[in-house]
Amino acid sequence: MPKLTEGRRERNVEIPMASLADIAFLLLIFFLVTTTIDMDKGLGIVLPAKGEQTEVSKKNISNLLINARGQILLDEDQVALRDVEPLVRQKMAENPNLIISVKTDRRTTYQRYVDVLDELKQANANRISIANPE
Amino acid sequence: MKFKRKEESSGDIPTSSLPDIIFMLLIFFMVSTVLKEYQGLSVILPEAEKIEKLETKRHVTYVWIAKDGTVSIDDKLMEMDNVRHIMYEKRVNDPQITVSLRADKGSNMGLITDFHQELREADALKINYSSRTEA
Repeated sequence: MPKLTEGRRERNVEIPMASLADIAFLLLIFFLVTTTIDMDKGLGIVLPAKGEQTEVSKKNISNLLINARGQILLDEDQVALRDVEPLVRQKMAENPNLIISVKTDRRTTYQRYVDVLDELKQANANRISIANPE
Repeated sequence: MKFKRKEESSGDIPTSSLPDIIFMLLIFFMVSTVLKEYQGLSVILPEAEKIEKLETKRHVTYVWIAKDGTVSIDDKLMEMDNVRHIMYEKRVNDPQITVSLRADKGSNMGLITDFHQELREADALKINYSSRTEA
């Protein structure tokens, strides 16, 4: 039947590709807008395991106490927040094995605690111990 | 006029590979987008300077502690005493788990210490105090 095939028009079956880039751009812009780049940032520490008690000689421990009003006591001396970093740095230089034991009151604010921890981190004190409040 | 014999180059940028480039960018953003977002509690994070990025988002559990002592893990409110069970389960499923603590800057350390104790009970010891840079 030659007539049938001859009569049918040859259709162009290609998908139009001209707008592909536009569609892709639109999707791209959507993902650009929805992507949140803000990474979680914070001060990381590792808590001591439960029941883990290690004997540490007294000379390797530095006590840092924070009371309910946010006052800081570092080895029996009251210090200001901004003095914590140089003092700890100095102590670390004298004794590299120094452990800073941070103890807070139950009513100390979290911000104060983070401030102090921040100072300790700035002094490169990596051995920080979090003691239970009394 | 010898100068006129200069070849006429067409000034068009070849756009045939444009969709490929766009698709590649698209795929990059699709892969890097994290759509899993938690609602959380309304807290004001404390400020700190020496903050570090969390290495990965995959092994992180977010915990919110509001000023009034409300605790929320994965958008579920819970009592402080139950934290150890949830965290233990999570730690068994993923031993590398890190807890990102988003506590209000005005909350008492008593709350935070209780939370520390719960984490120690659950043996989930890696903790990150989520904070923001000072403005």
